[in-house]
Amino acid sequence: MGSKVIEFNEGWDYLQRGITKLKKILDGTPDAQFSSEEYMMIYTTIYNMSTQISPNYSQQLYEKYGEALKEYIKSTVLPSIAEKHGEFMLRELVKRWANHKVMVTWLSRFFNYLDRWFVSSKSLPRLSEAGLVCFREHVYQEVNSNAVACVIDLIDKEREGSQIDRALLKNVVDMFVEVGMGQMEAYEMDFEAEMLADSGEHYSRKAASWILEDSCPDYMVKAEECLRMEKERASHYLHSSSEQKLIEKVQHELLVVHAHQLLDKEHSGCRALIRGDKVEDLSRMFRLYHNLPKGLEPVANVFKQHVADEGKALVQQAEDAASNQQGLNGAGAEVGLVLVRKILELHDKYMGYVNGCFMNHSVFHKALKEAFEVFCNKSVAGSSSAELLAGFSDNILKKGSSEKLSDEAIEETLEKVITLLAYYSDRDLYAEFCRKKLARRLLFDRSGNQDHENSFLTKLKQQCGGQFTSKMQAMVTDMTLTKDMQTNFEQYLGSNPNIKPGIDLSVVVLKTGCWPSYKSSDLNLPEEIVKCVEAFKGFYDTQAKRRKLSWIYSLGTCNLVGKFEPKPMELVVSTYQAALLLLFNDTDRLSFSEISTQLNLTNEDLVRLLHSLSCAKYKILIKEPNTKTVQADDNFVFNYKFTDKMRKIRIPLPPIVDEKKKVTEDVEKERKYAIDAALVRIMKSRKVLSHQKLVMECVEMLQRMFKPDIKAIKKRIEDLITRDYLERDKEDSNMFKYVA
Amino acid sequence: MASCRVRSSSIGKLTIIILNCSAIKAASKELERIDNVFYTYANGTSGLIDPEGIERLCSDMEVDHTDVRVLMLAWKMKAEKQGYFTLEEWRVGLKALRADSLSKLKKALPELEKEVRRPSNFVDFYSYAFRYCLTEEKQKSIDIESICQLLHIVLGSQYQAQVDSFVEYLKTQNDYKVINMDQWMGFYRFCDEISYPDLNNYDPELAWPLILDNFVEWVREKQS
Repeated sequence: MGSKVIEFNEGWDYLQRGITKLKKILDGTPDAQFSSEEYMMIYTTIYNMSTQISPNYSQQLYEKYGEALKEYIKSTVLPSIAEKHGEFMLRELVKRWANHKVMVTWLSRFFNYLDRWFVSSKSLPRLSEAGLVCFREHVYQEVNSNAVACVIDLIDKEREGSQIDRALLKNVVDMFVEVGMGQMEAYEMDFEAEMLADSGEHYSRKAASWILEDSCPDYMVKAEECLRMEKERASHYLHSSSEQKLIEKVQHELLVVHAHQLLDKEHSGCRALIRGDKVEDLSRMFRLYHNLPKGLEPVANVFKQHVADEGKALVQQAEDAASNQQGLNGAGAEVGLVLVRKILELHDKYMGYVNGCFMNHSVFHKALKEAFEVFCNKSVAGSSSAELLAGFSDNILKKGSSEKLSDEAIEETLEKVITLLAYYSDRDLYAEFCRKKLARRLLFDRSGNQDHENSFLTKLKQQCGGQFTSKMQAMVTDMTLTKDMQTNFEQYLGSNPNIKPGIDLSVVVLKTGCWPSYKSSDLNLPEEIVKCVEAFKGFYDTQAKRRKLSWIYSLGTCNLVGKFEPKPMELVVSTYQAALLLLFNDTDRLSFSEISTQLNLTNEDLVRLLHSLSCAKYKILIKEPNTKTVQADDNFVFNYKFTDKMRKIRIPLPPIVDEKKKVTEDVEKERKYAIDAALVRIMKSRKVLSHQKLVMECVEMLQRMFKPDIKAIKKRIEDLITRDYLERDKEDSNMFKYVA
Repeated sequence: MASCRVRSSSIGKLTIIILNCSAIKAASKELERIDNVFYTYANGTSGLIDPEGIERLCSDMEVDHTDVRVLMLAWKMKAEKQGYFTLEEWRVGLKALRADSLSKLKKALPELEKEVRRPSNFVDFYSYAFRYCLTEEKQKSIDIESICQLLHIVLGSQYQAQVDSFVEYLKTQNDYKVINMDQWMGFYRFCDEISYPDLNNYDPELAWPLILDNFVEWVREKQS
């Protein structure tokens, strides 16, 4: 090319022609294209003009570049966009944008030399950048609000059900993004903000009318569908960053604004759905609300309220039934069993909801727990909830249970009982009742199955800790040991025939401390029984020297043969009753006072005893006079004529003490010790602690067993102060110090 | 006559010695007088002032023997056993009060009362009052009846309303048959800190003795 200096106008003229050709190409004129020669020429011209030393036209070229673009925009691009409207305008815009990019690309190639040297030395924007800025300032700024309005319009049309050109929208949106040149500001401020606001308004209107017209399930279906569609929309033609914001907006309008109205709808709202067991609708409700912050709380609250109300109703039912039966003894006990069974069923049902439509979410687990805690601790007709539950588990474990369950069903039910126990605050009370009832089952051979007993204790241990179950476990073990002892005893008798008492005797040896304490009186035993006792004593001394036996006759059972005139009958009675009846071997008739002297029982016990044999179902003795109750001046005659269609009958002796009171007292006492121990333990390790913290830690330490009463804790603290374990700080009366 | 130069310091020492001698003489005279008063009221056999002696003392001082100032006097003496003053205790008390006669002792009473009622002293006096009433060895609490009397004596003038109300409560409730030191001190704190009769700033979550929680509940129930 040589070092010929190119004059500006000359050079520019040449270039202008190239640009004109470029425009033709862009306009779609067929056969318009650059040959490589032409391209080279243009490039070289520019090269020369910007490298020649003088005059150097870099600056002017650079400016011309911008001018060329501007001119094109003003003359061709803008007008062509302005003359169109709506969708057509968008199409034009998209086309012109694409064209512009092509133009910039070509021009940048032509003016490329400037890019390499001139631009950086003068800290000017690069050509491509300058080109985009040009578009932005001269086209975009002019048309964007129009374009935005257009796009939004189309979106709304699509929402109403029309088909729109999604590809076009995608292109427009892409333009918004690209115009930002790396920053999302243009997109976000010019387009996204408008789009979100419009979407918000759109759904606000929809929601306002739907909430009035539609039932809750219907509304939710619509909401779910809308969210699905918006998500799809976003993925098809919006920028990915908008999806989250759009969904949140729509969720807000559809689900948050009207949340209360929706959930509280009277016949179709959350409450009604739970009542109607509408699992699918509830699942949908869960899906819709679970992503919203605290969205599930109102739903969980309704759930909790509902479950609590149902539970309370069951308790009330039981209360009413009990008052009809006048208390919970005898036939009334059935009421307690029914209640517990129904509570277990209730738990199964609503746990099903928690696991199913509420996807095992912790909020619902919590709601269920709190609901059950509300009513599980209510007492019915004077019996504490712990006692009722213990009665239920006793019924399952005993022989001839009214439940009649298979082995598997028993295990399952016991498992459920233990699960339910977590909602009871008086767990220690429950355990104590269980222990009492276990003792009765074991001693009177009412236990159904050793395996079930053991498995129950294992489960209880897992739930409440070993201190509860260690005693009960020892009791079960005692029964096994006792069997071995009995075998040894019989062997012993076999090898010592002279001390044989002549009556079959089986003895149960209980280890003191783990069994409940039983009263026994100084009954005057008949000769026959004394022999038995002596025989066993002799045997036991050979087995375990240094151990003392205390005999509890009140728990014994005796099988007697009554030689009645019609037919002899076997009577299964308590030891006390046997002692009384054997008196009649020597005489037919005895007065109350004579019996009293001979047996050496309290009047109270004696009345009970005589009542069971003369005023109850089986009248072995005839009472004179034949009144309903036993008086101290009554006389008793052996009833030779007694008979029954069975050959063997059991004559029950009802227990005196309502064990409830004693159990409650025992537990109260244990609790005092437990609180004391906990307080001392805490203070020993902390040395100095504030009152509130001490109470809090004490409650936490004991919560596995029971929920301590705050006042009770305070009282124990004061007691410990009096006993010099703790002292109040002299400066701050709210702080306690451990006294070593 | 030995000639000796007497230096001024020795004169000083001499003077001090002479002055001390007179001080000691004066002191011993005072002690004598104090002891004399003591023996006027002491029981000849036991060598202590016993309850009967205290009654006479009170009557001579023209104060009732249940008057709080008698208790204050005991406090000043740091008397250990209720109803009795030992010679040592008597000396301690009267010396501190600078009283060596009955009339001076009587005159010292108003000053004593002021001193006791000073906040810095009152708590000490208050707890002393409780301990003073523990007559048996290892006794840790006082029966309700005596506590009620003690409350009137010690706090009656300062916190009449609270004392009256609390005494009424103590007599009607059944939970407590005796009051221990912690509860006793708690009641003073109660009078001192809690606004009465609205009880607005009472918080049962704090470490107030349980009996006061119950008392507050009782008062609130009565008010409604």
